[in-house]
Amino acid sequence: MNSLRKRDLKAIVISLIVFAIIQGLISSEFLDPFWQLNIIVICINIIMSVSLNLINGYTGQFSLGHAGFMAIGAYTGAVLSVNFHMPFIIGLIVAFAVAAIIGCLIGLPTMRLRGDYLAIATLGLGEIIRIVIMNVNYVGGAAGFMGIPKTTNFAWAFFVMLFVVFFIKNYVNSSYGRACVAIRENEIAAEAMGVNTTKYKVLAFTIGAGFAGVAGCLFAHTFYIIHPSSFTFLASFNYLIMIVMGGMGSITGSIAGAFILTTISALLSNWPELRMSIYALLLIGLMFYRPQGLFGNIELTSLPIFRHFKGGK
Amino acid sequence: MSVLLEAKNVSKLFGGLKAVSNFNMTINKGELVGLIGPNGAGKTTAFNLFTGVYQPTTGTISLDGKSLLGMKPSQITQRGIARTFQNIRLFSELSVLDNVKIAYHTHLNYNLLEAAFRVGRYMQQERQVEETGKELLKIFKLDDKVNEIAKNLPYGAQRRLEIARALATRPKLLLLDEPAAGMNPQETKELMEMIRWIKKEFALSILLIEHDMSLVMGICERIYVLEYGSIIAQGVPDEIKKDPEVIRAYLGEEA
Repeated sequence: MNSLRKRDLKAIVISLIVFAIIQGLISSEFLDPFWQLNIIVICINIIMSVSLNLINGYTGQFSLGHAGFMAIGAYTGAVLSVNFHMPFIIGLIVAFAVAAIIGCLIGLPTMRLRGDYLAIATLGLGEIIRIVIMNVNYVGGAAGFMGIPKTTNFAWAFFVMLFVVFFIKNYVNSSYGRACVAIRENEIAAEAMGVNTTKYKVLAFTIGAGFAGVAGCLFAHTFYIIHPSSFTFLASFNYLIMIVMGGMGSITGSIAGAFILTTISALLSNWPELRMSIYALLLIGLMFYRPQGLFGNIELTSLPIFRHFKGGK
Repeated sequence: MSVLLEAKNVSKLFGGLKAVSNFNMTINKGELVGLIGPNGAGKTTAFNLFTGVYQPTTGTISLDGKSLLGMKPSQITQRGIARTFQNIRLFSELSVLDNVKIAYHTHLNYNLLEAAFRVGRYMQQERQVEETGKELLKIFKLDDKVNEIAKNLPYGAQRRLEIARALATRPKLLLLDEPAAGMNPQETKELMEMIRWIKKEFALSILLIEHDMSLVMGICERIYVLEYGSIIAQGVPDEIKKDPEVIRAYLGEEA
């Protein structure tokens, strides 16, 4: 078990090396501003997909409203920065708290639903959040919220992402995560093993929503402007596609899914008419040849070749 | 002997159907009790009432003198009743060890932050769960399959794993729903020995539903017979074998 901590340390060291390399590429202006921005977006999307995977992949509760929680975090962070001149870190923490509280309030009634019903309920609630925001003049309404400082740089995005990934990785490898997976595998048996299924479903939903809020706050401080139309259900689908592609129930998979899809959409940004078609073909191909996603529910680090030198699990 | 589980005048109605009516049962500490009856007699319904899956329409159920009414299944498990299922309900995509680890759930008390940052009680308790889980699997001869995925186990091993998983919750009363279903006579005999042994080793009371009469008559100290939701006979195996009501229920009336 002490080796767990050692592996965590190794993973952190490797992450720092990756950070240093990318930061070096940015500082030396090897990467143009377009790709610098996209790297930040990749980090934000990783936070979104990993936190969604906690709800959909690990706990098995099919949520389609993740962009709604991102919107809550984005607007909370933006209001705190612009109207209250709070430091960014406070914005991130409050964005987490507000999104988590609303997630909990939404989770309490909806987590009693199953399967399709839950998907429809969360889809609707995600849209309700967006439409409420669109009608609140205090945050700019349909015109969007402007003048947000561009505080999010690569370092912020990367380290917040690292924190979230580690938090969720450790969560799913504890008794909390086992309770979540037990619910996914067999709810009746989980309850019979003493797992309070409602509690753990709502808890997973709350944490997932909270981190989506954090991603939203980073997002708001990347673009100067946020707009309700960035948080439609199509955005929620996009995150869902990432985790389906990477593999439900695999953190490595979520990271890979977010990375690959964000990169593809960036590469194809000059041919917007082709983008969705290629996206669709890619997904059809994936569902044909690997319906469980790229990684299934396996972590990269549990593969034999990686066991020797990489951290994780 | 002191009473562990007591069900008094329990009835359960599904619409107009009386699945269980005026059901009375007591299980003493350290006793091995059998519950038999023809198909559809309400045996599994009785289990579901004891474990909180259903709430009784009327009547009371208590464990150690404390009422179980209104409690969720997870709370009842925490109070000390564990069960297996007639149609095996393992966490089929998880490893054998993880199946057992989940059952230790209620005995781990580190909090969310300790789990997320792997500090405090997390390390020590996780290590302990891993060790006790492996020890338990050794008893059930599953220690060589610790990392295997549960659904890939042979049928008999899946049944054993389900019992191991139920024991990991550290129950006072273990409910076994047709533990020998689908087993061959040799496996059934081994299972019989095992049930006897775990009862002694874990100081448990056991209530079991079973259709295999050699198993029921062989190990149960007392037997209840259920037909159409009512208890028609109770007593030691030899009495039950001769009871005319029981013979009628199973074989029909003489022409």
